[in-house]
Amino acid sequence: MSSEITTKVQAGQVTHAHAGHEEHHDHHEESFVSKYIFSQDHKMIAKQFLITGMIWAVIGGLFSVIFRLQLGYPDSTFPFLEDLFGARAAGGRISNEFYYALVTMHGTILVFFVLTAGLSGTFANFLIPLQIGARDMASPFLNMLSYWFFFLASVIMFASLFIQTGPASGGWTIYPPLSALGQASEGSKLGMDYWLISMSMFIVSSLLGGLNYISTILNMRTKGMTMTRLPLTVWALFFTAVLGVLSFPVLLSGAILLLFDRNLGTSFYLSDIVVKGEILPNEGGSAILFQHLFWFLGHPEVYIILMPALGMVSEVMSVNSRKPIFGYMAMVGSLFAIAILAFLVWAHHMFVTGLNPFLGAFFVLLTLLIAVPSAIKVFNWLTTLWRGNLRLTPAMLFAIGFVSLFISGGLTGIFLGNSTLDIHLHDTYFVVAHFHIVMGVASMFGMFAGVYHWYPKMYGRYMNNTMSYIHFWVSLVGAYLIFWPMHYSGLAGVPRRYTDWSNWQSFNQFGDMNRFISTVSMIVFAVQLLFLFNFFYSIWKGRKVVTENPWGSTTLEWTTPIRPGHGNWPGEIPEVHRWAYDYGKDGREFIAQTEPVGKDESSH
Amino acid sequence: MSAFFILAILALAFLITFQIAKASEYVSVLKGEEKTFQQNNRINAFLFMAFLVLGLIGAWWCNELFYKKTLLVQPAASDHGEKIDIMLWITLAVTGLVFFITQILLFWFAWKYQYTEKRKAYYFAHSNKLELIWTVVPAIFLTILVGVGLFYWFKITGDAPKGSQIVEITGKQFNWLMRYPGKDGVLGRKNYRLTDASNGNALGVDWQDAASHDDLESTEMHLVVGKPVQLVINAQDVIHDVGLPHFRMKMDAVPGIPTTMWFTPKYTTAQMKQITGNKDFVYEISCDQICGSGHYSMRGIVIVETQEEYDKWLSSLKPQYLTVKESQAGQAPAAAAPAKDTLAAKPMTAAAKPIAQNMK
Repeated sequence: MSSEITTKVQAGQVTHAHAGHEEHHDHHEESFVSKYIFSQDHKMIAKQFLITGMIWAVIGGLFSVIFRLQLGYPDSTFPFLEDLFGARAAGGRISNEFYYALVTMHGTILVFFVLTAGLSGTFANFLIPLQIGARDMASPFLNMLSYWFFFLASVIMFASLFIQTGPASGGWTIYPPLSALGQASEGSKLGMDYWLISMSMFIVSSLLGGLNYISTILNMRTKGMTMTRLPLTVWALFFTAVLGVLSFPVLLSGAILLLFDRNLGTSFYLSDIVVKGEILPNEGGSAILFQHLFWFLGHPEVYIILMPALGMVSEVMSVNSRKPIFGYMAMVGSLFAIAILAFLVWAHHMFVTGLNPFLGAFFVLLTLLIAVPSAIKVFNWLTTLWRGNLRLTPAMLFAIGFVSLFISGGLTGIFLGNSTLDIHLHDTYFVVAHFHIVMGVASMFGMFAGVYHWYPKMYGRYMNNTMSYIHFWVSLVGAYLIFWPMHYSGLAGVPRRYTDWSNWQSFNQFGDMNRFISTVSMIVFAVQLLFLFNFFYSIWKGRKVVTENPWGSTTLEWTTPIRPGHGNWPGEIPEVHRWAYDYGKDGREFIAQTEPVGKDESSH
Repeated sequence: MSAFFILAILALAFLITFQIAKASEYVSVLKGEEKTFQQNNRINAFLFMAFLVLGLIGAWWCNELFYKKTLLVQPAASDHGEKIDIMLWITLAVTGLVFFITQILLFWFAWKYQYTEKRKAYYFAHSNKLELIWTVVPAIFLTILVGVGLFYWFKITGDAPKGSQIVEITGKQFNWLMRYPGKDGVLGRKNYRLTDASNGNALGVDWQDAASHDDLESTEMHLVVGKPVQLVINAQDVIHDVGLPHFRMKMDAVPGIPTTMWFTPKYTTAQMKQITGNKDFVYEISCDQICGSGHYSMRGIVIVETQEEYDKWLSSLKPQYLTVKESQAGQAPAAAAPAKDTLAAKPMTAAAKPIAQNMK
């Protein structure tokens, strides 16, 4: 590929423009601890988030493979499970309680630890300072704390896997009273306290990170980098952070009240309960209150997961189409609309809880409204591809795959957001198919696109292409093979979170399908391990990056040295003169943001 | 042993993939990066087209395999269910159209506009007209979907018609209990503190309320065909959900907060056996909200029958109040006196007092 390198900014600058960053000069003699462990360099913190997220992804993914064994092969036994899990898989079959623990942990891990911390933690940290032209975050120290709170949350959650009564098992949504009453479920004993404490730590981490991202984006943009010149990645990460800062505290309050109900005898969520013949004294609480608190975070949370992917896909797609992203302002506007609406739709998870139907009507309207900005994004991506000159790099493949999944999963949201249909489809496999495609796999694809695209910036090397192609094609085909058929079992009314359907007359006709899905999920999981191998192998053995701007990108991160140190730019921070998407303009391959606008240049 | 074998095969597959991947990287260095890039680009562009074609065939095949196993091939068994099915088909038509158009464009573009040295990308940053079109058109379609959806939603969630049959259903780990109001048509009052399954009061009915004396209890739900029924839904321990897939109905059962839903069954169980051609057909109640380790087994049965059959069945039941009284009378001489002092009986008597006061 031709890549004009913009080295203007490199040439021997002398002084720092930013007085506050003098201290970065003495980072040459960093110790191992300050460089790799308690690092305050945003790039290292990003890698810490990414690699911790990868470890969690393996654990969370493995859990799904294990419970898929139960679903796909209900009549078989797997002695190795007993070797691994002891009494929880006595006789080579996982116990019901353990099944629910695995399902709960799979959800918790993937939603929070992988797709929130691993995705936005990684790329917000990595890309924000590099793309806005800052030397680091507004507060590198808080940024470091953000990672270590996440680490603490991880340790607590991991420890909960090993306690006698097992980890939380009431579903990742942990609805009380099930999650409040130890009598009702083994997982609601000590495991639930661990879950709540771990999530509290996680929320602290997320808030520290989010506040930092917001203040960095608002205050530390380089000269000339107006908000409307920001790459869409930064816009997406900005809205993500705003969502997190406004909604995570609500979950924290919900979690703390639940801790009180569990341990201090309060009745926020409990009322009129007889459990296993025992009459509880609690009266006057509301179990539905928790659902409001939970989903007030829970729904923005799915956009916290998705939005960074939306941003990265826009960026990757524009760079590799060699065309500007179509409708930049519409893309920003639709992100903004999604961010606002994300706060106003939470009760669409609660249509069948006895919610006032009149109130429900507003949530239907607002929920289906989200389809408008989503449709704008899809059509804008399609137009970005149209008449482009597509370089199908691994990142680009994942970006295109993302759009396909976003369409498929987004359209089924139109079914579920309509309360009339939700009565029938609520908590069936239709829901499982919907959110796995649009939130789970699509966001994963966005994350992969990001990893493949910015890997050269992270490690100064490339990942192996052949392994990347195999990773992409097996993942894309696998995702559809796993989740497409689930729509059909959903339309048969098959409820989710069932260990076994064999005693049901209405739901037992999908044995073959379940076996097929389980087999594919194992293959897809194995291919993710191939990705991880490729990732770590390439850190040391990958092909070296030899130019500063391997993709021919306009954005600032590619004006840094191949392996930037702490502070990112050795000399002065470059100044920005134009938006981030001047690709293919006036017959030129691309024009970097740092290049002043020429006299005869056409305006876009 | 077999696990070991599988692991070995897996490791071997990894090794082979890795070697091929490495070799291809060396080859690319030898061939020149530009050439390898173009070759890979062509392969991936072709694969996108192949994925589109095979994907469409696969979607059709999947439909062939599984469509007949869904509820779409059966008529909805309630009037509300019919509305929901109509809504489903409307939504399916709209989203299906969008799905095929956008997916075909996406993969076709990915193939058609693959990199060639000849083409220059077309600088096209925005177009107000286009953007307006694809803001307004989806908005119109969604307005229609919202409008139709809410029209049905308010019909379904509106008040039950007067004279509806009333059935109370209570979820607990891990089964369902039904209660019928008896001749007076009124369900007796309940107080959860009176719950005492070992003495015949699993639902916590307050026997001091005379309306409870003719209430009937059962573990099966019997409904009359063509007659609207209102379900009064309770839960004792955790949240459950009354899922009635054939009727297309669903409502959570929440401890402390009774909920309701109503519908009119359209076909008797016997008729559904004929319609589905399945002689074992039975209406099932599934729990659709995770409720603990036995969640998947929380199954209930609904029997829809004619009024005569229903009346006959109902008259075969004995009011729970009488059953309890009789068993207490039978035990009374021997057991009544000491039973009053047991720990289990205490909360019950303590709770009964304030209720007695309320009645005055």
